[in-house]
Amino acid sequence: MTHDLSDAVPRVTGTAFTPDWFEGVRVNRGAAERRAASLTGRRSVKKDWQAAWLLRAITCIDLTTLAGDDTAGRVARLCAKARAPVRPDLLAAMGVDPITVGAVCVYPTMVPHAVRALAESGIPVASVATGFPAGLTPLPLRLEEIRYAVGEGAAEIDIVITREWALTGQWARLYDEIAAMREACGDVHMKAILATGDLQTLSTVYKASMVAMQAGADFIKTSTGKEDVNATLPVSLTMLRALRDFRDRTGQAVGFKPAGGLKTAKDALAWQILMREELGPRWLMPDLFRIGASSLLGDIERQLEHHVTGRYSAAHRHALA
Amino acid sequence: MPGISEIMQTMDYGPAPEDDSAVRAWLARHADGLGHFIDGACVPGTGDVADVIEPARDTVIARIHHATGAEIDRAVAAARRAQPGWAALSGTARARFLYAIARQVQKRERFLAVLESIDNGKTIRETRDIDVPLVARHFYHHAGWAAVLDDAFPGMEPHGVCAQVIPWNFPLLMLAWKVAPALAAGNTVVLKPADLTPLTAHALAEICVEIGMPTGVLNIVQGGGDTGAALVAHPGVDKVAFTGSTAVGRAIREATAGSGKTLTLELGGKSPFVVCEDADLDAAVEGVVDAVWFNQGEVCCAGSRVLVQEGVAEAFFDKLRARLATLRVGDPLDKTMDVGAVVSQAQLARIHALLADGQTAGAVLHSAPVTLPDVGSFCAPGFFTGTEPAHTVSRDEIFGPIAVTMTFRTPAEAIALANDTAYGLAASIWSQDIDRAMTLAAGIKAGVVWINGTNMFDANAPFGGMRDSGFGREGGREGMLAYLRAPDVPGDMRPDAAPLDPAPAGQGGDAPAMDITAKHYIGGKQSRADGGQSYPVRGADGTVIGQAALGNRKDIRNAVEAASKSPAWSQASAYTRAQVLYFLAENLSQRRAEFAALLDRCTGDRAEAEVAAAIDRCIWYAAQADKQDGGVQATQARHLTLALYEPWGVAGVVCPDEAPLLSFLSLVLPLLAHGNRVVAVASQVHPLVATTLYQVLETSDLPAGALNIVTGPRDALAATLADHADVACLWSCGSADGATDTERRAAGNLKAVWTDGGRARDWLDPAQGQGADFLHRARQVKTVWLPYGI
Repeated sequence: MTHDLSDAVPRVTGTAFTPDWFEGVRVNRGAAERRAASLTGRRSVKKDWQAAWLLRAITCIDLTTLAGDDTAGRVARLCAKARAPVRPDLLAAMGVDPITVGAVCVYPTMVPHAVRALAESGIPVASVATGFPAGLTPLPLRLEEIRYAVGEGAAEIDIVITREWALTGQWARLYDEIAAMREACGDVHMKAILATGDLQTLSTVYKASMVAMQAGADFIKTSTGKEDVNATLPVSLTMLRALRDFRDRTGQAVGFKPAGGLKTAKDALAWQILMREELGPRWLMPDLFRIGASSLLGDIERQLEHHVTGRYSAAHRHALA
Repeated sequence: MPGISEIMQTMDYGPAPEDDSAVRAWLARHADGLGHFIDGACVPGTGDVADVIEPARDTVIARIHHATGAEIDRAVAAARRAQPGWAALSGTARARFLYAIARQVQKRERFLAVLESIDNGKTIRETRDIDVPLVARHFYHHAGWAAVLDDAFPGMEPHGVCAQVIPWNFPLLMLAWKVAPALAAGNTVVLKPADLTPLTAHALAEICVEIGMPTGVLNIVQGGGDTGAALVAHPGVDKVAFTGSTAVGRAIREATAGSGKTLTLELGGKSPFVVCEDADLDAAVEGVVDAVWFNQGEVCCAGSRVLVQEGVAEAFFDKLRARLATLRVGDPLDKTMDVGAVVSQAQLARIHALLADGQTAGAVLHSAPVTLPDVGSFCAPGFFTGTEPAHTVSRDEIFGPIAVTMTFRTPAEAIALANDTAYGLAASIWSQDIDRAMTLAAGIKAGVVWINGTNMFDANAPFGGMRDSGFGREGGREGMLAYLRAPDVPGDMRPDAAPLDPAPAGQGGDAPAMDITAKHYIGGKQSRADGGQSYPVRGADGTVIGQAALGNRKDIRNAVEAASKSPAWSQASAYTRAQVLYFLAENLSQRRAEFAALLDRCTGDRAEAEVAAAIDRCIWYAAQADKQDGGVQATQARHLTLALYEPWGVAGVVCPDEAPLLSFLSLVLPLLAHGNRVVAVASQVHPLVATTLYQVLETSDLPAGALNIVTGPRDALAATLADHADVACLWSCGSADGATDTERRAAGNLKAVWTDGGRARDWLDPAQGQGADFLHRARQVKTVWLPYGI
């Protein structure tokens, strides 16, 4: 069976604030955990299929550095890796044309360095914004931060939601705030980080997902990477089901980005299987699926070398990110 | 084969075959036929040869010999020889062997998973992740029971030799469920696997050799239905345990009637899967996947009747259809398959016939849009819409990957639809509201209830059915009780009941102060015999001391109906029941002299002692009434698992003639303490004791219908009770022939029967006439799983 996974999807427009779509929703934790736990036992990709899936995962990585000690040099090194995430000899051996990661994700002040380093590569620069990671600076400053990053050349903005509005059920306020951020983004795609580790209950995760999509988020994203618990399969499953319900109600295709906690090739495959099973193969392409990660790429590279050579690899045989 | 670049564009799953070379080599080594495992050795079979087919490929992979009568004899004899020594081992010594089996199963987990998948057609995903881990868990758990047996079950003893017959849907797991508790309790076993799936049992026999299992403790004979029938009928067997179809279970009930063999049956089901409007619908959809699309739907407890609340039904069916489209059906050894092959072409044909029947009845079949392999007995999973309770597919077990669906309006209607079945094995309830979920769990007649889940199993969670789904539990403490017994009560055989003559006796006694007409006591009222006849009752001295109503089948019918329509006693709190039974003791105590005089006239035997014992017995069961606690089973983290005690419903009691007051109360009280409504046939010879008791009952606040008393011909009334489909439990203390007749008739609705084989006991001895054994028989267990989390 073949699928046409290359058709462009129209950009999300969001909807009016519609609490009916989420207010009564209650997500069952035990069932979500069972589904998540059994999924990787139900599906498996081997040999060439595994290599293809891992290469596809690389094209979905938002290669990320979000540290207090980031510098232009650090960002340049990351961007070089983004351009050539896999050793050319390995790609050649697999008969695959050069690939890049999905994007490079940095703090706003690092955007100019990244834009420079990625010139002519076609790789978008994603910037976190809105007082990342806590998101508790005043709203005008948060909106101004978006405009700053966009002005510096960011093609994607990862915003954080105000957890207070979700935790206290002030969904209209959350909607208004995210809608204002989407407006500040303009033509630039917006990913809404729900910080699900702070929201804790799956029902709250579902509701926050739905509000973010109604407010026009192009992607919904699990975590900043700074919460105690980052992307997990049950949380991701819940967000995907919200995304699917939104798609079924509106016809709009929203993307999904797990972030934090995906460290191994096995993790990447687990999330890809989750995406494919819950949403279909179209959601495995980088316009609808991103993985926020920094160390993941190294593990995938080692797996790919093993696939090509039949010998287990070592980290130092692959360029540093 | 597509290149990597191409796969990157399609993102298809490729093939993910499990390595089966080790298993194929093992099969090749056994190409000349699998024998039996008798007295510690794998011995060649000599009976008729049957092919073992790999259902996913329709090819012969092995041959078995149906065990001959002589081979069964040898196996039973080996088990008999081994039993005293096995039982005499210390608990920890027996535990070591069970532990060794558990460890060997773990060490051979992949081999066993692949072998099971090849033999049965079920997916490697399920054998690897579910069957085999549960097998190991079961042996571990029961190694523990072996070790603590003496402390946990003081005074109990093993039955002796167990005959166990298991089905083809979970071959190795059902073996573990049967063998582990039997061996832990000190029994020895002759097991017969299904002829469709004999392979993993043979592998387990080889494991037993490997661990140095004492010879004869576990014996395995291969064969089909005839072999199974011969095994359970074998006179050398003390206990029979069967898992399989209700039809065969019924035949076993009939075949073992009067043999003195203890019986547990785990039979079919048509289990409800209830989706409430406040359910997490996506979770419930995955529940259906795990319920009826699990193991090709060849699951006795499959949630195969999906009941959806009307307001969310269309949305739910849409989601189900969408989910069907992502199911993968095919080679069971491919690690990406959700559904493998049905066990045989014959089974597939049976499924197809039922599906055709459903469509003929007007239901719409929604099937997974899959291309089935050209070879092998594969069935596309799916579900019906438009099925009604009256349709055959809604009532009969399809035993394939197809659910029927119905809608309901209210929780009460959900319960009514859920219970509209002859079966009562399991139920699955989907609701985010704890009040709603627990109300449904309490209302549905099922031995296992999963809330927001399905097909959850654990060695420490009792599993088994109500109604036509059988009786007895497997797993946990309750499961161990099925393999243990209280020591035999010595006693003389009762004589047959004398025929009763309704004609005037023509001989008299002293004129009574006032003529007393002893009637039946039905629905809280005294009622005349339907036949309009009475029979003379003679005292100890042979003179006629009164007349008792001559009951017939219609009186039994009326009494059962009264009991059935009076749920108040079953719904009362345990405290209320305790108070009523204490009050009974109080009122009996006040009339101590009157009953002593009456008993003296009737039996002339230890009358005062009997009344005193009867009052004590009331107090003892009153005390027990609010101490029947059930249990909280340790299973998985954040899975509250409750073993709730429930009454059977309407219970029948056939009373003996010895100690007529005390025996009556000794039988009736434990049933009442657990909340059963009772229809009692009073002592035929001494009915006036029971009929005098009504007045005590009436003054003791026992609700109408809780206890109904019929007098008359014991064996005829017992037969009507045994035949009655609304009587769920029957205790019969008549003659040996009566016990046989009762057990045979009980096959009709598979009621749980206890008889004493016609052996009279000394009811005045508390060791014989009361105790935990009576209480245990007076209730059934409903296991409720309540996983939680936020």
